[in-house]
Amino acid sequence: MTSHPSRLPARWVVTASALVAIAAAVGVMVGPASLTVGNIIGAVGDRWLGIEATVPLTPAQDAILWDIRLPRVVLGMIVGGGLAVSGAAYQGVFRNPLADPFLLGVAAGAGLGATIGIVFGLDRALLPLLAFVGAVAGVSAAYLLGFSLRTGRSAGALLLAGVAVAAFLTAVQTYLQQLNSDALRDVYSWILGRLSTTGWREVVLVLPYVAIGIAVLLASRRWLDVLALGDEEASALGLDVGKTRTVVIAAATLVTAASVAVSGLIAFVGIIVPHILRLLVGTSYRRLIPLSILGGGAFLALADVLARSIQQPAELPIGVVTAFIGAPFFALVLRTSGRQP
Amino acid sequence: MTRTARWLLLVVLLAACGVEASPEGPAPTDPPPASEPAATSTVATTSPSATSDPTTTTTTPAAFPVIVATSAGDVEVPARPVAIVSLSPTATEMLFAVGAGDQVVAADSFSNFPPEAPTTDLAAITPNIEAILAFNPDLVVASFDPGDLVSGLAAAGVPVIIQDAAVVLDDVYVQMEQLGLATGNPEPADDAIAEIRSRIDRAVASVPDLDQPLTYYHELDSSFFTATSQTFIGEIYGLLGLENIADAADADGTAFGFPQLSEEFIIEADPDLIFLADTICCGQTSETVASRPGWESLTAVVEGQVIELDDDIASRWGPRIVDYLEIVAAAVAEAAG
Repeated sequence: MTSHPSRLPARWVVTASALVAIAAAVGVMVGPASLTVGNIIGAVGDRWLGIEATVPLTPAQDAILWDIRLPRVVLGMIVGGGLAVSGAAYQGVFRNPLADPFLLGVAAGAGLGATIGIVFGLDRALLPLLAFVGAVAGVSAAYLLGFSLRTGRSAGALLLAGVAVAAFLTAVQTYLQQLNSDALRDVYSWILGRLSTTGWREVVLVLPYVAIGIAVLLASRRWLDVLALGDEEASALGLDVGKTRTVVIAAATLVTAASVAVSGLIAFVGIIVPHILRLLVGTSYRRLIPLSILGGGAFLALADVLARSIQQPAELPIGVVTAFIGAPFFALVLRTSGRQP
Repeated sequence: MTRTARWLLLVVLLAACGVEASPEGPAPTDPPPASEPAATSTVATTSPSATSDPTTTTTTPAAFPVIVATSAGDVEVPARPVAIVSLSPTATEMLFAVGAGDQVVAADSFSNFPPEAPTTDLAAITPNIEAILAFNPDLVVASFDPGDLVSGLAAAGVPVIIQDAAVVLDDVYVQMEQLGLATGNPEPADDAIAEIRSRIDRAVASVPDLDQPLTYYHELDSSFFTATSQTFIGEIYGLLGLENIADAADADGTAFGFPQLSEEFIIEADPDLIFLADTICCGQTSETVASRPGWESLTAVVEGQVIELDDDIASRWGPRIVDYLEIVAAAVAEAAG
């Protein structure tokens, strides 16, 4: 950090990328099924490098590795990176360290969408679509409400509108769920979040949305640094504060809604990953945005390893793992970081 | 803590049994007002004699008051009940099985069997005492007390029998006996129990002895929640000599016998039989199982040993448990032969 205070040093990118590679390797190697490291290296060499494996996998092992474990690791990375970068973006836009990707009604909207799907017994394949639509609708409602307030597009007005919309949508969701108490466990397990995959279907489903959203967030990372100075200062520097805020929120919402649609509400990733990074590399969004993508991906992939290993062959909901690690860490961040994030 | 645990267990058990109240069920005209006068008139002649002069109880049906020993304590039923409210689908099935069906005036919204059960919109998981009292019950049967059910109904002078989810098969018989006694039908209850016992014995005897026991996976929902051998449903499979792939997943019982399995573990365990108890809740069929990535080469899928169950029968511990056992026994016999 001796050179430029906000440029992204190459060593950080290299470190974070290495972490992602390690998480991917651990994620593929560790699991309840008894695949040895040798098995897996052999199988990967066989499929990707054309080197014939000495001990070929059984059909069951082959299915476990390629149809179940690998898609799950990849999905974990996409969702983790997506949630972390959206969290960082929301924190920047609202200048609020407690902002998380579920802030503006994404969670409540997605929860309502999924509950409708479960309660009315719709095709399970429609659940991601319903959750996605619910999430986008939730944020849009919050945004329109916040915009209609006299304070305009100020951060505070939007936050309050988000609180109101989330409370309302949650009430509707809880009502539906109580009317259909037989669906309680289904809804509950959706809300806790999980990285369950049906082969590569979920990965293919979310990747375009997450990719577009992340590209927009990467492109606006400089504006987030300007916005961090405050609305008036940012305006004085020539930034269209309202427009910037809208673009960033839209992109972060797209990423979050897509992630939530396939994985439910996985808590804390969007808060702790950006905060860990702030402690390590400072508060510049030119660093935080790219590093959050990599760090979030690695974090969630590793958390998922714990979720499926701690009680194997039973699974823990991944939201329990992220919150169990996240909550104490959050307290630690609050204690140790003297500066205003 | 234990109450939360029990509540969760109940939710787990009930999760599968929610089909909507059967439309061909009782017409909305015959609940309380219509049936009650008729019922009271028949009993008005028998019950005073029973209560005023217990010494003359030479005939069995009139031996009231009775004390029913339940796991939640002794319950006194002062007179032969004629307006029973059942808040448990299992209890509803049992009441009809022990010959007390015509004494039931209302059953909760999940009580969809037998078809003549007087299903109402009463909530089983979040019961409302005033709604229950509107049926003027003289006995209420429930599978758990969310907190104030027993005390609230006791205040109104209504006895409540709580029958927890069965843990072992004997619990089914004990609960049916309790209901037979409480409703003045001890002998029909004994007959019903004896018939279930003999059918179970026959089903168990019909299963061939195998050197290598067949393994199975019992699917509660499409996120791979299952039941271990420590559960009631697991015991049923155990009777038929089946081995549960999920036992390692909850060896210490922290999941109360209902762990969520890793998909890759199921694939590797490669069960001989897959039983789907999520056909209604989650629309699973042998075809949807076969189309899951990685499942197509499983023994159960290849051999056509994915058995679709009725969620309701599989999640209750009532008299139809024997039907369930017979379905499983037939599947085992086919898989073995």
